[in-house]
Order: sequence, then structure tokens, then C-alpha cells
Amino acid sequence: MPRTLAEKVWADHVVSLGEDGAPDLIYIDLHLVHEVTSPQAFDGLRLAGRPVRRPDLTIATEDHNTPTWDIDKPIAEPTSRTQIETLRKNTEEFGIRLHSLGDADQGIVHVVGPQLGLTQPGTTVVCGDSHTSTHGAFGALALGIGTSEVEHVLATQTLSLKAFKTMSITVDGDLPEGSSAKDIILAIIAKIGTGGGQGYVLEYRGSAIRQLSMEARMTICNMSIEAGARAGMVAPDETTFEYVKGRPHAPEGEDWDAAVEYWKTLYTDEDATFDREVVLKAEDIEPFVTWGTNPGQGLPLSASVPSPDDFADENDKASAANALAYMGLTPGTPLREIEVDTVFLGSCTNSRIEDLRAAAEVVQGRKKAENVRFMVVPGSAKVRLQAEAEGLDAIFKDFGGEWRFAGCSMCLGMNPDQLADGERCASTSNRNFEGRQGKGGRTHLVSPLVAAATAVRGTLSSPGDVKDLPRDAAPAPWPEERATLPLTPTPTSANA
Amino acid sequence: MEAFSTHTGIGVPLRRSNIDTDQIIPAKFLKRVTRTGFEDALFYRWRTNDEFVLNDPDFAQGSVLVAGPDFGTGSSREHAVWALKDYGFRVVLSSRFGDIFRGNSGKEGLLAAQLEQDDIELIWKILENHPGTPITVDLNEKTVTCDSITVSFQIDDYTRWRLLEGFDDISLTLAKEADIAEFETKRPGFKPTTLPAKV
Repeated sequence: MPRTLAEKVWADHVVSLGEDGAPDLIYIDLHLVHEVTSPQAFDGLRLAGRPVRRPDLTIATEDHNTPTWDIDKPIAEPTSRTQIETLRKNTEEFGIRLHSLGDADQGIVHVVGPQLGLTQPGTTVVCGDSHTSTHGAFGALALGIGTSEVEHVLATQTLSLKAFKTMSITVDGDLPEGSSAKDIILAIIAKIGTGGGQGYVLEYRGSAIRQLSMEARMTICNMSIEAGARAGMVAPDETTFEYVKGRPHAPEGEDWDAAVEYWKTLYTDEDATFDREVVLKAEDIEPFVTWGTNPGQGLPLSASVPSPDDFADENDKASAANALAYMGLTPGTPLREIEVDTVFLGSCTNSRIEDLRAAAEVVQGRKKAENVRFMVVPGSAKVRLQAEAEGLDAIFKDFGGEWRFAGCSMCLGMNPDQLADGERCASTSNRNFEGRQGKGGRTHLVSPLVAAATAVRGTLSSPGDVKDLPRDAAPAPWPEERATLPLTPTPTSANA
Repeated sequence: MEAFSTHTGIGVPLRRSNIDTDQIIPAKFLKRVTRTGFEDALFYRWRTNDEFVLNDPDFAQGSVLVAGPDFGTGSSREHAVWALKDYGFRVVLSSRFGDIFRGNSGKEGLLAAQLEQDDIELIWKILENHPGTPITVDLNEKTVTCDSITVSFQIDDYTRWRLLEGFDDISLTLAKEADIAEFETKRPGFKPTTLPAKV
């Protein structure tokens, strides 16, 4: 029987089939752990006297709470410090490898997995984090799970799962200049809505997806959860194999050949059917920004702030009215005229080397808008090192930006990187929820290209808006001594 | 896990769609390393507003939350379920739930019952016109009763069975340990491990 990619990967991991409507028991190839959603799971194991079944299929990193300045000093915030220390104790007690702050492989869990070559086609990947969908870019079935399930996987290396429905999202054609993977996924979410993917595994297909690099595919799969989906996937191809090859945990020699032979079987059969099919034309996808407080409330940058009256559904109308009040926006205002206070380049969506290169290309030789704070937070210590080797750090610093250490940072503000009340941010992260980046903070989700152009002009902008601006700004003085900078450049009282 | 069969408690109308888990519990409370004590964190930002429904004495003791569509979307934080339970909620009614939230609820004995949006609207009107009206949720019969109306809700059969019995998921799976061990002998050798790799 013809099968979809997701069905193939599922079938290859069935430990036992559920009977009478019970879920299947699915084997998990890779379990990624971080400090926020794991402490209660380890406690549960201790209480029940259970070991971790497969520490050799489990890996941990510190990311959500880690500071992006002064990483050589003790973490100042006591509860953040306790959570990190708890992870260190737990991983030591249960024999799990941990990439701690300061380790070259420390960073956002969804950047670290692929970077190490642990994320591979046809694997099942889980993590107590909804953005685990990122790993689907490799043709892995990658699921975000809650803490009870984290404990379940630690104890059994399996999950009880009900089969998902499948949805194909086909994007054909070529993206216009200035648009990127982020705009594709924001356009998809605006089209199907934040609940459109509920119960589904999405498979991204079509010539526009095939042309994308692995990092761009990760950006798209990352935000599958923002469409409500359990997972997103892209069938592996030569681009995938090339990316995995030679990474620290990639198969070698005969193992490599056997792996590639298997990986080449991981595609949706021609006659297979999806439960739902969605089609987008790449040519139509302009640089996209969100105006509201959920990721489905987005529009092309050329549009204006909508009015609640533009929505037919009563819930959508009320939701838009709430969002506009929270965001401090007036219907009819062109999106391009919205001034921002902060630009955040980072998060598991857009903090990889290609994201930094794309932004650096826009800002090189320019000066940031005077009143804008521009934060660059690489996704991992490795990405930071690579960017420095390529001179990207100097470009960002000359532009007037802040070059930070790796972590989740202002995507969710569990560390000191937060927006102040009322502060407006163009952010390459994934969620524009109320208060997500700091109490009262206002978030517009954008691509790295739009983030960079916005930092140049000070209002939401596309690269096209800045392409005729000169690139002759003299480098700004940058203090050699990091200690001369304040710990957090703008007041962040949100954590009080 | 505590078993669940029927529950009767005050219904709380929360007329909002897309209530993501960041609204249910903001990230700053996720730094705690315990599994209980999150009642103060529930809807933290909204509770600073006097108009918020839980600040109305008629609803403050509520235990059945009646929310708009797409409840519990976003972050996988199970803390959202813990906070609802710690506050005193045993049931959430909505016409659509975030998948991960729904799964987390089922693990923790919080009933996420899916109703038609029209039924939610009816219940909202009853609760708003007669604050303090109790709601009875019967998991055996899969029904919700509020004042004069009784409507049915959806929940998958397996979660319903586990909730009714109060079964712990891990114990159920460990009963299949032999199957897991058998599966492991057949995993291909090229699958990655996290053991220290070559440099």
C-alpha cells in the first residue's frame, strides 16, 4: 500500500501495535533534554526507583535560562541558577551527556542536535519542547512532549502515540527577492490558522522547498507547532545527506552507505494520499510580518494593520480587537511605518549561521537606526565561533549591534534578555504571544532579512527598502572590554 | 494518577480564543523545579486585571473552565496543566485544544473535554446570566450538564479509559518491556548514539 513519509517513519518504529483503539508504542531514537521541562521528570524516576533506559540515546544541553553576557560568572538569578544546577546533578546521577554553558556544543537544543549530526533522516526525535518539530527538516518524526512524557521516554525509550492525520503543504516556484523560509512558514500559518494543523503531521513539499538549504528547512519545520501541528517533515534528499555527512555523530564507512540506502526510501509514495492538501505559490510570498498576538495574525509587509471588522468570525473579530489593543496599533497604519525599539536576531527558528550571514549581508557597512537596540544571539556556541571566524561579529558590532553568547534568550525571556513594558520588537523568533518576550512587550515576528532591514531603518522594512542606502558608514567604536557594557542595555523590569 | 469519573463544580466562562500556554502560565514560573505550587501563576498577567473572570468572587472557586477555541496552543509546558490543577480546575471545556496540552492533561488527570462551539456559546450565556451555576461533567457518559442543558463531549477512548481507571502510563508501558527489548535487538547499527563521538 502506498504510504506517506510520516507513515513510513512511524511504521519503522512500532514496538507494539495498539489494540481496540489503544495507541501504538513507538520507539524513540533520540531524546533531547534541557533544564526547564526535565527536573520533575527526573524526580519522578527517583521516586519510582527507575533508571534511564537508554542514556546513550539521550543528550542534554542548557539553553532556556542561560545568560548571553558574562557566561563565565555564576548565573545571577537564583531560580535560573537552581534550574541549571538541577540539570547538572540529574544528568550526572543518571549518566546522561550534558553540554554545559561554556562547552563548544552548548546552545539551543534544536540547533545542537542537527549540528552534532544526531538528528538524522528516518529517526524519531523527542524533546520536552514544542519546537522539536525543527528536526523534521531531516525527514525525522520529531515531536514536542510534556514533562510526563519526558519521564516516560527516560524510563522506557518509547511513547504511546495515536496515529496522526497527514497534511501535505506544497510550495512550488521561486521566492521573490527578499523573501525567505521564514516568510513561507508565516504565510502558511496565516493561511491555515493556528489550529489548522491540529492532529496532523505536515509534510512540506514542492520545488520551492526542494531548493531550500537544510537550515531554511529547519526554520519552516520549527514553526509547524505554530500552525497547531504535532510535527512537520521534509523528505530527505541529497541536500540532507550532504548536511549530515562528516558531522560528529554521522554514520561512517559501511554504516554511512547502509544509512543512505535506507534514507533514500524515505519519501511519500506517488499514489499515497494525504488527509488534507494545501498549496501555495512561492511567487506570491512577500516578506511577512505579524501584527497581532498569535502567529496566525500575519500579513505581507506591504499591507496595513487590519481592523477587527475585516474578520467575519466573531472569535477572530474579538481576538483581533484584543491583539490591536495589546500591540498598541491603529487599523489602517501601513505596517512599514511601525517603529520598533528592539530587533532580536536569534531563537531556534533563526539563529543558525545562514541566518546570521543573511542579516550581516544587509547591515554590512551601515549604521543601525539610532533608537533601535539590535541584539544578535547565535543559536549555539559553535555558531558563534563560526560567525566570528567569518568576521560576522565585527559586521554586527560595527553596525551598532550587540554580539551575545548562545541560548534561547529573548525568544521567551527566561534569562535577563527581556522587553520592557510597551517595548516593541521585530523578532526572528516564533511566538508573538502577549508577554512572551517580557511583560507588556510587543512582538512582530519577522525573517532575519526583515529584522536586519528593520534595524537599519527603525521601522518594519524589507531588504528592498534599504538596498539603495549607502554602505559607507565608518565602523562604530566597540569597547574591547565587555565589562564596560551594562549587563542588560535597556531596563528590564518584567522579571520583578 | 487520580482517577476521574464525574465532577460537579462552578463553571467559569473564559470568552477568549487562542489561549496559549504562555497566557496560562508565563515562562518566569517555569524556573521552579517542583511539580506543585503553581496556583499563583495561573493566568498570572490577566489576574492583575480586576475585570478578569477569576477576580469575580462568583467565579473564584470555579473548577470547570469553559474556554474559547484553540485552548492550550503553543509551548509544551506541562506547567500549564499543573497550574490549572493547583488552582482547583478539574475540567477544561473547549471546541479545540492544542495537541500537546490535550496530551499533557490526560497524563495528569485534568479532563480536556471537546465540545461543539455552539454548545460552548450556550454554556457561556448560562454562566454569564447566572454566575455560580454548577456544571456536571460525566466521563462515563461523556456528557456535560449545565442548568437545563446536557450536551455530549468528545475524548479519545484510550485517554477516557486511563482517566477512569487512574492508570499510570509508565507502568502500562513497562508491562511491555519484553517487546521493547526485542525491538532494540533489531534496530539498525547505523542509528546514532549520544556517546562521545570522534572529534
